[in-house]
Amino acid sequence: MAINFLYPKFEVIRNQDRCISCRVCERQCANEVHYYNEESKVMLSDESKCVCCHRCVSLCPTKALKIVKTDHTFRPHSSWNSEVIEDIYRQAETGGVLLSSMGNPKEYPVYFDKMLINASQVTNPSIDPLREPMETRVSLGKKNIDIERDENGKIVDNLPPQIKLEVPIMFSAMSYGSISYNAHESLARAAKELGIVYNTGEGGLHEDFYQYGKHTIVQVASGRFGVHKEYLNAGCAVEIKMGQGAKPGIGGHLPGEKVGEDISKTRMIPKGSDAISPAPHHDIYSIEDLRQLVFSLKEATNYTKPVIVKISAVHNVAAIASGIARSGADIIAIDGFRGGTGAAPTRIRDNVGIPIELALASVDERLRAEGIRNNVSLVVGGSIRSSADIVKAIALGADAVYIATSALMALGCHLCRNCQSGLCNWGIATQREDLVRRLNPNLGYKRVVNLINAWTHEIKEMMGGMGINSIESLKGNRLMLRGVGLNEKELEILGIKHAGE
Amino acid sequence: MKRIYVNEKWCLGCHLCEYYCAYANSNESDMVKALKNIKIRPKIKIEELNGVTSAVSCRHCNEPYCVKGCISGALSINEGVINIDKNKCIGCFTCVLSCPYGAIEPDEDGVVDKCELCMKNSFGSPQCVKGCPNNAIVYEERG
Repeated sequence: MAINFLYPKFEVIRNQDRCISCRVCERQCANEVHYYNEESKVMLSDESKCVCCHRCVSLCPTKALKIVKTDHTFRPHSSWNSEVIEDIYRQAETGGVLLSSMGNPKEYPVYFDKMLINASQVTNPSIDPLREPMETRVSLGKKNIDIERDENGKIVDNLPPQIKLEVPIMFSAMSYGSISYNAHESLARAAKELGIVYNTGEGGLHEDFYQYGKHTIVQVASGRFGVHKEYLNAGCAVEIKMGQGAKPGIGGHLPGEKVGEDISKTRMIPKGSDAISPAPHHDIYSIEDLRQLVFSLKEATNYTKPVIVKISAVHNVAAIASGIARSGADIIAIDGFRGGTGAAPTRIRDNVGIPIELALASVDERLRAEGIRNNVSLVVGGSIRSSADIVKAIALGADAVYIATSALMALGCHLCRNCQSGLCNWGIATQREDLVRRLNPNLGYKRVVNLINAWTHEIKEMMGGMGINSIESLKGNRLMLRGVGLNEKELEILGIKHAGE
Repeated sequence: MKRIYVNEKWCLGCHLCEYYCAYANSNESDMVKALKNIKIRPKIKIEELNGVTSAVSCRHCNEPYCVKGCISGALSINEGVINIDKNKCIGCFTCVLSCPYGAIEPDEDGVVDKCELCMKNSFGSPQCVKGCPNNAIVYEERG
């Protein structure tokens, strides 16, 4: 047997005094970490398989388990740290590209944490959201500035199609395939109850979910899986996915073993075949080409649905967004470099793209400077972690945000970042029937609804504190933000003043 | 009357209901103390066949064969709940044989034991329902 260079990352600590050998840990671990030794009548663990998803910890009825990071160490080195060394060992063994999931975990600056929100004192009154109305409703899409009147002088309704949201939050694209049927159902039902929308991702729309159409964004991506006329017309908007924050510049790959009966039907591909989304759209090499697809989709939907173009935040994002705003698209969605994924090459996830805060500020600025900001709405995503992040994003110029990681966490995700294994113990990123069953949408959707309701309360509290009673008045209101610990250049790009100024 | 129902679609076969049942009826205040190194005798049991799992416990039938067959009057119906009086049980096991669900079993003392919806223990409401992580076991009125 070859030498195993890798020591387990985590240690399963079992308090044998508390363990009653009920074996729930064993039954619930798809990675087969726990096992029962009949002879000694104790539960044992194979830590090398542990991914630290906490399923066993959460279900253990006597709290006998905890998972700790191993303190086993290589000789410390600040540049050749243990992660670097282990990755090299891993690649030396397999010869393969390293795969990871969920968002970039590296220690890049989080600009949301370096911005502070304003509040009213003395000279302008704050508002109590429990006593006075607070408007969090937004509509996304192109806004016409020109007022048209008919021959009788009446205003003509020339508003292009819009997405209406009760709160400026949407669930971002996650395909049926990357996440389970029950996860999709939970998000769809939550979106319906909350008056917001979820997104099909590039996996088509399962026939059971057409009933949530008004609360669905249907996505068209480079693989064009599951796209047909009814699909395009089923949702409230169509999204063209050009890129994803976790893996800018590359495509997607759903392995054949995940393409079962249902997914094959929904994606319109043969059962068991790999679903490969190419890196580019093979018919889009310019803004003019993009414009053709935008208008093809508008034709197909009879100009009744707004078209979103989703890109990842990359270096030239402002110029690209300017092009998109002129392409006929109604909404631009920008996904930051911390955005999640069901699987991405580790090096790309960890090293490609730029922070969403900077991308948002520069895009909003550019579109304003060019006088085309009203052509489009701006939606940003990629690690929006709390209501405070949302308030900051809107103050920087976003019309709404996309969230996904936090929505999955409401469903049970513990960010173990092993989605690519297909063995999600929480029934989210898996297609294995016995695992999918672990996510009961009746419980799941309520937790998602709770999360968004809680955030909505907090958004209203923060708005009230600033003396703002409508989310529209917060939009692009960068005077409500101050930076802390940022340099001149960062403040300039963010378009905000430093705290104390 | 409220009864325990199981939706096997959501049953994970984790067996936690069995342990919460055993703990609830142990008269101990600590789960570890109640169940450590003990072979549990839960009144709800997971049945498993071909990957389908479901929890089975007393249905508290409207016309229960067990009560009808009980020769000593140990089994009785009180507001719909079928109770067992262990002092009266003579261990003939007629009820064990007649229960179509296999929900009655002899206990270690040779008399029978069954689910009483946790009405007689310190918890007062079915603990299998409370302990089910996936809401597969519910306690509700279904007419």
